Amino acid sequence: MAEHTVKAFDEDITRLRGLIAEMGGLAEVAIAESLDALVRGDEALADQVVARDKRMDALEIEVDKLAVRIIALRAPMADDLREVIAALKIAGVLERIGDYSKNIAKRTGMIEGRSRFEPLTLLPAMGELAGEMVHDVLTAYAARDPDLAREVIATDVKVDGFYNSIFRNLVSYMVENPSTISSAAQLLFVARNIERIGDHATNVAEMVHFAATGAYPPEGDR
Amino acid sequence: MGSSQNIPIAGILLASVTFVALLLLGTDVVLAVSVLMVWVGSLLVASGRPPEPPKAKVKQHLTLDSIRDLIENSSLPLVITERNTIAMANRAARKMLGQHMIGQDVRVALRQPEAISLLGDDRQREAIVRGLVRRGDIWQINRLALDERLAMLEFINQTAEADISRAHTDFVANASHELRTPLAAILGYVETLQEDGGAIDTPVARKFLGIIEREAQRMHALVSDLMSLSRVEAEKHDLPSERIDLASLAERAARDAAGPQRLDRLVLDLTAEPVVLGDVQQLEQVVRNLVDNAFKYGAADTPVTVVLDLAQGDLARIAVIDKGEGIASEQIPHLTRRFYRTDPGRSRASGGTGLGLAIVKHIVERHRGRLDITSEVGKGTRVVVRIPIARSDPAEAAAGQDFEPAATTAGESG
Repeated sequence: MAEHTVKAFDEDITRLRGLIAEMGGLAEVAIAESLDALVRGDEALADQVVARDKRMDALEIEVDKLAVRIIALRAPMADDLREVIAALKIAGVLERIGDYSKNIAKRTGMIEGRSRFEPLTLLPAMGELAGEMVHDVLTAYAARDPDLAREVIATDVKVDGFYNSIFRNLVSYMVENPSTISSAAQLLFVARNIERIGDHATNVAEMVHFAATGAYPPEGDR
Repeated sequence: MGSSQNIPIAGILLASVTFVALLLLGTDVVLAVSVLMVWVGSLLVASGRPPEPPKAKVKQHLTLDSIRDLIENSSLPLVITERNTIAMANRAARKMLGQHMIGQDVRVALRQPEAISLLGDDRQREAIVRGLVRRGDIWQINRLALDERLAMLEFINQTAEADISRAHTDFVANASHELRTPLAAILGYVETLQEDGGAIDTPVARKFLGIIEREAQRMHALVSDLMSLSRVEAEKHDLPSERIDLASLAERAARDAAGPQRLDRLVLDLTAEPVVLGDVQQLEQVVRNLVDNAFKYGAADTPVTVVLDLAQGDLARIAVIDKGEGIASEQIPHLTRRFYRTDPGRSRASGGTGLGLAIVKHIVERHRGRLDITSEVGKGTRVVVRIPIARSDPAEAAAGQDFEPAATTAGESG
């Protein structure tokens, strides 16, 4: 991005991007740790994920304030305006991803008979894939790289595939082991949450593409 | 530094001595006094100017540009931050974090909460961060504050160490699991035999004993494989020194692996008679494992071919070729991993321990050789081992007359 005559504007944008990156880092860690807590039954780690979400909320408010301030004071145009609007929307989406992770962490205490519970082994791989999408989309954001953003959008199909296969697996597991229905139902929600995280990462990728090029990615990619 | 130390005492003393000498020699007093005054005066004037502090000179040279030059070629990724933006990054850091990082907020590059906590707090000097560039990588980040504005971040990759320790943990877990499976079967059948000892009729008991024997054999095979693997690993760095005729060894080991029942399916095509430096037992094990695998995974009644010839670069080449269903290309990189199986059920049913190719790989590495596996699904698999040929006798004899280290070097280059 070209330098601006008003140096303070560059500083504001840099700070805005820094805040988004910090939120993204928090989201990545939240996804990984919430699933780790869920699989190992580590309630202390789950509490940590829930506690860390507060920082996420605070950052979102900070992004909102800064973005509004930039628009009010500097009246940005063209790619600058896109950058600010995208940051505003991305912050909202990342906050949502944090909420989904928090929701996964909160289910840690609700799973019974963890050591013999087969479906638990399927979720971490799905979570890893979704976490990778969030990681890549943030790299695309940092690099203003529309191609990487499109790659992220293409990955969402795999997460959806995972969701469908885990869904079927869980349903047949519930049929065979009725005593585990309450735990397995919780895992259905977890799988649903991860699937939503993948969708949100796709949204972020679209905004990254928009901020970088001024156009949304072609329909075929989505 | 005190100003008193700036007075040139030795110079003044010398001047005084000269003054006294001049007086004693009978020079005019006025002249002597004026000489003294000029001498001492000039000394004091010279010493009055403080010497230029050497540090200031160095500081003048250490500009941001020179820091850039200094860090540019470091293999360690280094980043200089000014307040909270990235002012410069050396080549390694640009490669790791991307060219676009320069001028951006540090948080854009670091992202992870642990790394960001490093920025806010001046007391904290280092952080361990996971997943900085790729999933699962581990970096130690050290922050060194240069002054209140500038700081240097140093990135140390610790993924490899973590990988090694994880590989060890995985290995122990896998080995225990592999041993527990046959053990569980043995215990189960023994328990059944004990409980209804009288009630079980002889054929059933005999069948149970057969299963117990088979499972015990499997454990035995596994334990001996584990032992040979750990032996090869322990000797990994010593080059074997025995001169071996590879043709007769390959023939012997291949026939041995085929056994009397499968001997008619074995095709030997030994076109060369290379001599290599090696360990007889280990090289026999390589051929045995490969031929055994080829029979196990080749289709029934198809031949297994063992070819021995010479390859470029003074290498002896042993190829073991089967006509089986082959291995999918994405599986091939994992084949030499311990306990890796493309099809666990079939491998166990045929008595595999999951260690055969891992042992082969380690032995070949110990012999400074190479192992290549190529396969086509539906057609078959070809495993090629290449081992350096030993040097011809005269050179070896010449090296042998030298000291021991020279002989080793000759062996390595040969």
